Amino acid sequence: MQALVIAAHGSHLNPDASDPTYAHADTVRETGAFDEVREAFWKEEPHFREVIRTLESDEVFVVPLFISEGYFTEQVIPRELRLEEWDPEKWDSDGTSASQVTLEAEDVGKTIHYCGPVGTHDAMTDVIVQRAESVTEDPDVGEGFGLAVVGHGTERNENSAKAVEYHTERIREMDRFDEAKALFMDEEPEVDDVTDYFETEDIVVVPLFIADGYHTQEDIPEDMGLTEDYRLGWDVPSEVDGHRIWYAGAVGTEGLMADVILERAADAGADIGDAVESVREATCLETGAEPEPSAEPGD
Amino acid sequence: MTAPPARVEALLEAVDDDGAVAFDDLRIERAEDGYALETADEEWTSLAADDLADALEPLSDYVTNWRYWQRSVGGEGTARRAFLRWCERAPLEIETDAGTTDDETTDEPVATHPSVDDPLSVPERYNALRDGLDREWGQLCLTARLVDDADDDPAGERVYDLWHVDDADSDLADLEVYDDPRDAREIATYDGDGRYRPLKTAPTLPSGWAFTGLSGGELVETVEFFYPATVANWHRELQGTLDVDHWTETAERQTGIYDVLDELPREGVEWMAEACCVDSQCLRRREWEFDEGDELDVDGGDGPFPCREPCSLVVAAARKWTILESEDEHTYELELTTSEYNQLAELIDAVAEGRTDEIREADVNDGANRYRARYLRAKRFDEAGDLEARRVDD
Repeated sequence: MQALVIAAHGSHLNPDASDPTYAHADTVRETGAFDEVREAFWKEEPHFREVIRTLESDEVFVVPLFISEGYFTEQVIPRELRLEEWDPEKWDSDGTSASQVTLEAEDVGKTIHYCGPVGTHDAMTDVIVQRAESVTEDPDVGEGFGLAVVGHGTERNENSAKAVEYHTERIREMDRFDEAKALFMDEEPEVDDVTDYFETEDIVVVPLFIADGYHTQEDIPEDMGLTEDYRLGWDVPSEVDGHRIWYAGAVGTEGLMADVILERAADAGADIGDAVESVREATCLETGAEPEPSAEPGD
Repeated sequence: MTAPPARVEALLEAVDDDGAVAFDDLRIERAEDGYALETADEEWTSLAADDLADALEPLSDYVTNWRYWQRSVGGEGTARRAFLRWCERAPLEIETDAGTTDDETTDEPVATHPSVDDPLSVPERYNALRDGLDREWGQLCLTARLVDDADDDPAGERVYDLWHVDDADSDLADLEVYDDPRDAREIATYDGDGRYRPLKTAPTLPSGWAFTGLSGGELVETVEFFYPATVANWHRELQGTLDVDHWTETAERQTGIYDVLDELPREGVEWMAEACCVDSQCLRRREWEFDEGDELDVDGGDGPFPCREPCSLVVAAARKWTILESEDEHTYELELTTSEYNQLAELIDAVAEGRTDEIREADVNDGANRYRARYLRAKRFDEAGDLEARRVDD
């Protein structure tokens, strides 16, 4: 038997914070690829601390629903899962290349395949692009459009910006959008000045965040000038300085995220059959577009 | 030899494969002189194969009971199986450190566990299951019953229903009926007033819904969405293997903004347990103490689920109190009438007990009445909106 645990942050205050986790877990459940699928949280229940013992499977794949390698993926989750032999060195990562490490959870004696976060997987690039397709309702969006990938950016964790820049570079290499830029909330180049960085009239803005919340639904829309007050809402697209801004909200709410979770588990050795294909079919745009294959599947 | 009746076929195969079957009150053994068959009430020996099938025919409850548990449920040794056995008051097959034990011969720890009571024999269970056998799990009422229509399922299959204990006497037509375990997530997210429930074991689960016709696996899944990890930790407690992390271990493990937790003084931990970890606030029973062999004075409560370490809500709140306890105390001087001084105490008490919504608008005898609170604010707050007071040790 094999189980999948999706490890997410959750919230004591905001009931919506866990929605994407539940949604992607359900998509994976529908594929039947795992005998058990469980959501686990830092701020909700089941807590990281308790989750492994609720499983009957001996092989457990833990995929962190986080954007970057850092405090949560390198310290909190392994510690709370009681992965005693954990050491960040075992990931042998440059900040965006963690794949997986196999360890034992000491309280239950099960084999844990601890995977890198979803945010740095190559398949995440496709999710960002699909987010652009969803928000423009155009499966061929690209020509005449600029794409901005927005990250938090913080001095405390350089990996936070690395993930944003990594996917931006990959999108640029696709040569699909006229321009692609990495922008940040707390460091240069700032998302406040989004229109300064693009020549194209149309700009799709995709925040590399897991869940919609304070930053994606309040801070960023106001900073970009989409609205005076987030409570009034904003149009998609909105006119700002002669540009049309297609603001997508958190990429983590995109249906195709379930695919990244599956790919992480598959990279770690999970037998998932044709689950990836079925998720791609189930989550592609309803406009009849063929799902695009991952640029480098399983890489 | 004539073909055995379908309902006993699998059982006879199991006897032939293994030489014997012993499950609940049914025992069958293949000996040199034929088969021996035994139930709680009767026994046969030296049965030929055909005679064994015939003898089993009137014992269909024993036969289908074996099939349900050994073939449909399976999962020997799992928490899921133990929980489903508990649901119908079947003897629990619990392995403790002392080895496999039988419920009738063991006093510790199974029989003394608060959720375990007298087990029923197979005929007693079948009688009860025909009417539906009710159990309580926190604020959940669980009913185990035999399937209504044996055409679709083999005889003896169980199904399970689940609703709020407050709805135990409600007509199903008055409840919102579900059959997908995942719907429990949404129900458990908000209380009856539509407020978010970050603590799943808070005694604030709303009523008005029912899950019907769940399989055993679906029942456990649904219960786990309502009360995550309670089945696993209950099972561990029964086995005597519940791992408890006491306050100091939990506090010392923290990093980041929670790194300060181990500085919360002992009496602060006591006040915190009194504030958060009591029956009125949580259905879990606090098993963690200040440290191993160093118990808190506050009672852990009588909740049905063991709490094996401070939860994330307690950890987050403890940070606030650690910072508060690190501050110096000062003496303040403020002008209050005797009634106003008493009113402050009433206000704090009403908020702490979650009573403010119950205070009637015109009940001006209650110190936490909204108009009285607004009057106090109008009279005693300054223009900046602060309580007018003077620190006298400046």
